[in-house]
Formats: sequence, structure tokens, C-alpha cells
Amino acid sequence: MELSQESSPSPLRLIMTLGIAGFFSGLVLVSVYLSTLPIIEANKAAALKEAVFLVVPGCKSFKTLVMRGKKLVVQTNEGNTKQEKKKDAAEKIFVCYDDTDKIIGFAIPGGEPGFQDLIKGILGYNADQKIIIGFEVLESRETPGLGDKIMKDDTFRANFKALAVEPEITVVKPGTREANHEVETITGATISSKAVIRLLQKSMTRWRPVIADWVASQN
Amino acid sequence: MEHLNESKRYHDEFVKGIWKENPVFIAVLGLCPALAVSNTAINSLAMAAATMFVLICSSILVSIFRNVIPKEVRITSFVIIIATFVTVADFTLQAFVPKIHKDLGAFIALIVVNCLILGRQEAFAFKNNVKLAAVDALGMSLGFGFALFCLGAIREILGNGSLFDVHLFGPHFEPWVIMILPPGGFLSLGFLLLFFNWFKVRQQQVKAKQEHIEQFNPIISLNSKG
Repeated sequence: MELSQESSPSPLRLIMTLGIAGFFSGLVLVSVYLSTLPIIEANKAAALKEAVFLVVPGCKSFKTLVMRGKKLVVQTNEGNTKQEKKKDAAEKIFVCYDDTDKIIGFAIPGGEPGFQDLIKGILGYNADQKIIIGFEVLESRETPGLGDKIMKDDTFRANFKALAVEPEITVVKPGTREANHEVETITGATISSKAVIRLLQKSMTRWRPVIADWVASQN
Repeated sequence: MEHLNESKRYHDEFVKGIWKENPVFIAVLGLCPALAVSNTAINSLAMAAATMFVLICSSILVSIFRNVIPKEVRITSFVIIIATFVTVADFTLQAFVPKIHKDLGAFIALIVVNCLILGRQEAFAFKNNVKLAAVDALGMSLGFGFALFCLGAIREILGNGSLFDVHLFGPHFEPWVIMILPPGGFLSLGFLLLFFNWFKVRQQQVKAKQEHIEQFNPIISLNSKG
């Protein structure tokens, strides 16, 4: 009995061991987090920038637009209040210009639940012609070989080169597309492709009126 | 002689993880990432590299502090050490290879609960010196990587008709989509386990036959050895 008491370490030593381990673990984690954070943020910004140039062909520069009240404004600062900053991060779109600083379209990020997880994408919108001119998936965990066809299927992607948003974007079965406002789903990726189409529909409902107001205010 | 014995020990500890005690094919450990991310060869190698980093670093650290960590809190200490290295790997992959980080998804974080890593700390690193612990961890992680690569290569070749994104069969190949879906992982693993077990049994039979010959006909066996 005495022997076992002697061999077992004191509670203080046990607490100290775990405390020291936790302290050094925290130190390492915070250092790595702080040193990699700028690179991670830069990667995300670069991916978004690349996507903006892809979805609005001919885009040479862009500005970020955020909501202030019920109106779109060009973002000049990161938001004055914490609430504004949070809202700006969640809801922002990009206005794209050509060489001559003429507005050629808008890049609109959005998200919609797919088969596995949230599908995040960005679409290009031409407000003059009222057509969608491009779409890219930013983040997706759809099933490889099936759901991920939303990124790889050229026929599906071709739907978004000049997709009319009026009267409204409509889903049709593969091989039955007749009008400019119709999008064909993908065989074997119906849920994922419908999620993308819903993303487009919701983005258009949300942003078209405010974009029209902003364009009118610029003229 | 002692030096030879020591070299043999290091050699044995290294080789056992790759073949005799392969974590996936023999010990059947760490199957969660083995099945989940082995849909392509490149994902398999990335997961193997992340696991290798965590296993080797954790084993070295556990072995260094094995005399300081009280055995009553050893498991908690192992988990703290492993979780730290996993998070380091997570941030590093996210910063430097974002595409692979995106493909591996939540499974990088789940390396923390890979029973292979915790198992090696408990069974080996906590009882042996740093050099041996590092050699054991290297062997085990290479064995894990070998198993993941076999699974990933089979699934990518059959399920996508490609290896490392290089198409092998031309445009007329119809991919076996099931192979890159979860059932394909179970099927491939099942066949690989079957093969390795068959191979093990066959080796045992050959060995037994050899011993039998040596026992009853020592002259022939001596002659055959030259």
C-alpha cells in the first residue's frame, strides 16, 4: 500500500504536466496561426479575384460594392461598426470595368446547399442585356465523379455563357433546352446542378433591383 | 556484434511497419482516412504525407518526454501533442497547397483521432528511445502511405481512367464511377486485404515446407543452400 502511494505522482505534478503541455501547445498553435493567416487570406482573395475576372470576360479592373441601408455603394472603408463589417463580408458584389473604365458587368458571389455541403459560387451578370455571362464554383464538396460535374461538365457550363434572366431562369431536363432562359440539369448530378440553378435564381432576385438602382444613379 | 544487433533492430523496426505489421493491410488501423480520401492517388499521397508528419513529430516528442510524463496522464498528453501537430499541418496545407487542403476537407483535422498514431505512441514511442521511436514512426507512416497509395491508384484508375490526372485509356473508356464513391473504397480495401492475407498464408506454407525439408533431409537442404 505504501509502495503504491510512493510511486503515484502528486496531483500537482499531474496538473503541472498537462498545464505545461497545454501552454506550449497553445504557443505553437498561435504562432503558426498568426504566421499562416496572411497567406491564407491572400490565397482566398486571389481565388476570388481570379474568379471575378473569369465570370466577367474582358474585365480589367473591379470595385467592391456593399449595401448601406437599402442602396449599393462603392466600398471605401471596411465598415464603421462591427455589424457593418460583418454584413459587408457576407454581402458584397463586384462591379467590373473594361480598359476604358466602362462598366461591363457585375460579379455576384452566393451560396446554396448542394448534395453534400454548401456550394459557393460566383456569377457574372450583364445588367444592360439582362443576361448571366459566366459562372464559377468557388467551394464545393460534391461527390467526386457525380456532383462535381457542376465544375467539369462543359455542356452544363455552356448554359451560363448567355443565360437570359427574364422572364425567369427555369430548370429543364437534359436535352430539352429550347429557350435562352432555360438551364439543363446534369444526369447523375441532378441535386447539385439544381442547387447551382437555385443559387442563380436567388442571387438574381436579391441583387437585380439594387444593381438597376445603382446603375441608374451612376448615369 | 552488439553494433550488428543494434542495426538489425533498427532495420526490423523500420521494415515491420511497411510490410509485416502494415497498419492498414495487417493491423487494419486508420481506416477512416484510408477509405474517405483515397479516391485519387494525389489525395492519398497528401493524406499520407500529413499523417507521416504528425506521426513522426509526435513519436519523437513523446519519446523525448517519456520519463517526464506521468503514466496516469499519458493519453491526455499524447492527444495534446498529436492535436498540436495536426493543427500545424492543417494551417500549413491551407496556406501553401490550398487545393489539396480543399480536397482533403475535414479529414485533415480527423488525423487527431487516427488510432494508428495514438496506438504507436502508447505501444512504442512511450517505451523506447528517440531514435527507435523515429524509425518506427517512419516505417509505420511509409506503410500507411503505401496502403493509401494502392487504394488511391486502384480507385482512380478504374473510377476515373487516370493516374495523377493523366488519362490512361483514351476517350472511349467508361469510368467505373462506383470506384470513386464510398462503396469503391470498401471493395478495393476488401480485395487488397484478401490479397495480403493470401500472400501471408502462402508465405507461411512455403516456410513450413522448407522447415519440413530441413528437418527430414538435412543433406538436401544443406546442398540447396550451397
